[in-house]
Amino acid sequence: MAKGIEILTKREYKYGFVTPIETETIPKGLNEDTIRLISKKKDEPEWMLEFRLKAYRHWLKMKEPKWGNFKYPKIDFQDITYYAAPKSKPKYNSLEEVDPEILRTFEKLGIPLSEQKMLANVAVDAVFDSVSVATTFKEKLKKIGVIFMPISEAIREYPELVRQYLGSVVPINDNFYAALNSAVFSDGSFVYVPKGVRCPMELSTYFRINTQESGQFERTLIIAEEGSYVAYNEGCTAPQFDTNQLHAAVVELIALDNAEIKYSTVQNWYAGDENGVGGIYNFVTKRGACRGKNSKISWTQVETGSAITWKYPSVILQGEGSIGEFYSVALTNHAQIADTGTKMIHIGKNTKSTIVSKGISAGRANNTYRGLVKVLPKAENARNYTQCDSLLIGDKCKANTFPYIEVMNNTAKVEHEATTSRISEEQLFYLQQRGISQEDAVSLIINGFCKEVFRELPMEYAVEAQKLLGLKLEGTVG
Amino acid sequence: MLLEIRNLHAGIDGREIIKGLNLSVEKGQIHAIMGPNGSGKSTLAKVLAGHPNYEVTEGEILYEGKNLLEMEPDERAREGIFMAFQYPVEIPGVSNSQFLRLAYNEKMKHLGREELDPIEFNELLKEKAKLVQMTSDFLKRSVNEGFSGGEKKRNEILQMAILEPKLAILDETDSGLDIDALRIVAEGVNKLRNSENAIILITHYQRLLNYIQPDFVHILADGKIIKSGTKELAIELEEKGYDWIKANSAHC
Ligand SMILES: Nc1ncnc2c1ncn2[C@@H]1O[C@H](COP(=O)(O)OP(=O)(O)O)[C@@H](O)[C@H]1O
Ligand SMILES: [Mg+2]
Repeated sequence: MAKGIEILTKREYKYGFVTPIETETIPKGLNEDTIRLISKKKDEPEWMLEFRLKAYRHWLKMKEPKWGNFKYPKIDFQDITYYAAPKSKPKYNSLEEVDPEILRTFEKLGIPLSEQKMLANVAVDAVFDSVSVATTFKEKLKKIGVIFMPISEAIREYPELVRQYLGSVVPINDNFYAALNSAVFSDGSFVYVPKGVRCPMELSTYFRINTQESGQFERTLIIAEEGSYVAYNEGCTAPQFDTNQLHAAVVELIALDNAEIKYSTVQNWYAGDENGVGGIYNFVTKRGACRGKNSKISWTQVETGSAITWKYPSVILQGEGSIGEFYSVALTNHAQIADTGTKMIHIGKNTKSTIVSKGISAGRANNTYRGLVKVLPKAENARNYTQCDSLLIGDKCKANTFPYIEVMNNTAKVEHEATTSRISEEQLFYLQQRGISQEDAVSLIINGFCKEVFRELPMEYAVEAQKLLGLKLEGTVG
Repeated sequence: MLLEIRNLHAGIDGREIIKGLNLSVEKGQIHAIMGPNGSGKSTLAKVLAGHPNYEVTEGEILYEGKNLLEMEPDERAREGIFMAFQYPVEIPGVSNSQFLRLAYNEKMKHLGREELDPIEFNELLKEKAKLVQMTSDFLKRSVNEGFSGGEKKRNEILQMAILEPKLAILDETDSGLDIDALRIVAEGVNKLRNSENAIILITHYQRLLNYIQPDFVHILADGKIIKSGTKELAIELEEKGYDWIKANSAHC
């Protein structure tokens, strides 16, 4: 028998450590009192509490969606802690007040927050469990009118802005997990870029789940006013626990006339072990609204972690001539599941969308692309180009592609291309024969496969993403 | 002795293809191996390079006095074994120069020498590419993707030029080349030969040997070397055909 490509083991998840700090949590379970308590802890205005309660009441009437191409154990929503925060000072006015353990944690994760060490051209909002612990460059950005702060703070400091836009892209009753998030969301980032401002640095939020029993429900809201531009990145990791944790975020993006938002994610939540024990359930609603003329929203995601990834970053192309893009790499190994893709809703005239999806599966993993391209009757001359490529490593994994296309205007042009390939032994042997180790050979092939997506990422993220894919697949061939 | 193959038996999927092969190669030598289709030439090359699907059932191979069969394919490569593929493989999305730099730096690391950054490497690459008359747009394109047969073979020799192997096994690098490409490839190889390296030249036709002068010629048939000689043997073979050689070598 040929030795073949077979699955061995994966390298340890290097972000799997737990930070030993005292945490303040509220009792498990969910009811109106829990929501009131969260709102009170965050010192929120009355309207915010009303928003949450309304969402909660909708949620109570909703059913968990079942249409995903996978099964998972029933989630007991009463067995989750909906608020966990480091116990120390309730508010952080400066870094000196942040628990040094937390600073060390972020430093270990490659996100130094202290003045001397912080990244030179990236502003970072660091979210630890349910709260934002530090935001760098906040003052510097404020001088040019860019607001970048934890959303909990924005609710207090810029209530009018938040109130106008929150829930305007993802309504509170949009779907089961979005309703839950709207009821209990803890923290997340708020970005506002005023008219005509090109944000001079990249904005980044780094999410870290630390507590075992807590869910993470962050909420991100980004508003780009007329003619503005912002690039925003999101990163995430979690300790290694043998139970599953729920991560149900909502991200809303709003781009007005001629504005552009570039949103990148490198998702590396703990994925569970090779037998599928533990790991994060990443059930996220991400949606952008191109409200203005010639506005542009582009989503770039590299999804490598989580036990289950279930999300469809979407763009509503309302403004005439607006552009939506989705570039995705989803890697699944062992028992991991990814059911991800995008929705491009063409409403305005001359709207354009591009979808490039790269799915990589190894082990027994199951990787599904699901995408919807919808062209509404008034969307004259809408254009879509979709390319879906799957790469299989070994013969026990699966790749599925479900492209849904609904066209209600016959001037539309919708193109779809799909390929499925395997890493062949001959490719590996060829590279090894040139002195490249098997692991590096796999990385090289994967990076080649993902090239069109990686080049959309900011430089440092592209490098990190490449390394990450290499690590995740280490030992998958032998 | 650079390479010593003793009583090699090897095959694939339980089927024996190499059936008791002996060969010794010294530094500075060029050995041509000729034989009909299916005689096991590529199998021999892949066994030397360590292809995981081929199994050695008997015999031994010593490379610089070390047991070659214990080494992984990438280790063998870093120790100086290079195989030019009969059918070079395409690697989509990976640029030729990125691939070559990685391979080059792996070797430098192994030798404890300094690795080159992309700019430095580019200089080296441009220099070496002249040897096989390759233009810079080839270096930017994905490895072998959309290359013509001749371009792929030239790309193999370019890799040889970059990696400077001690033992190069060229598996039918001449086949599918027009006369101009053949000349370019042969000249490239001739410039790369020296007293410190050796070349095993696998070919189907005598044609290549007009351009690259072998020290020895071996005829492979049914997994065994049935006759060895000098350059004249190749000419005789060309005139009389494999059947004649086979029939005549059966007596001895
Ligand atoms: N992967 C393989 N599986 C089964 N048989 C093979 C394989 N590769 C080669 N063979 C067989 O081994 C024999 C020798 O092949 P090869 O070494 O390629 O010969 P040559 O290079 O001399 O033409 C042929 O009969 C061929 O069919
Ligand atoms: Mg052959």
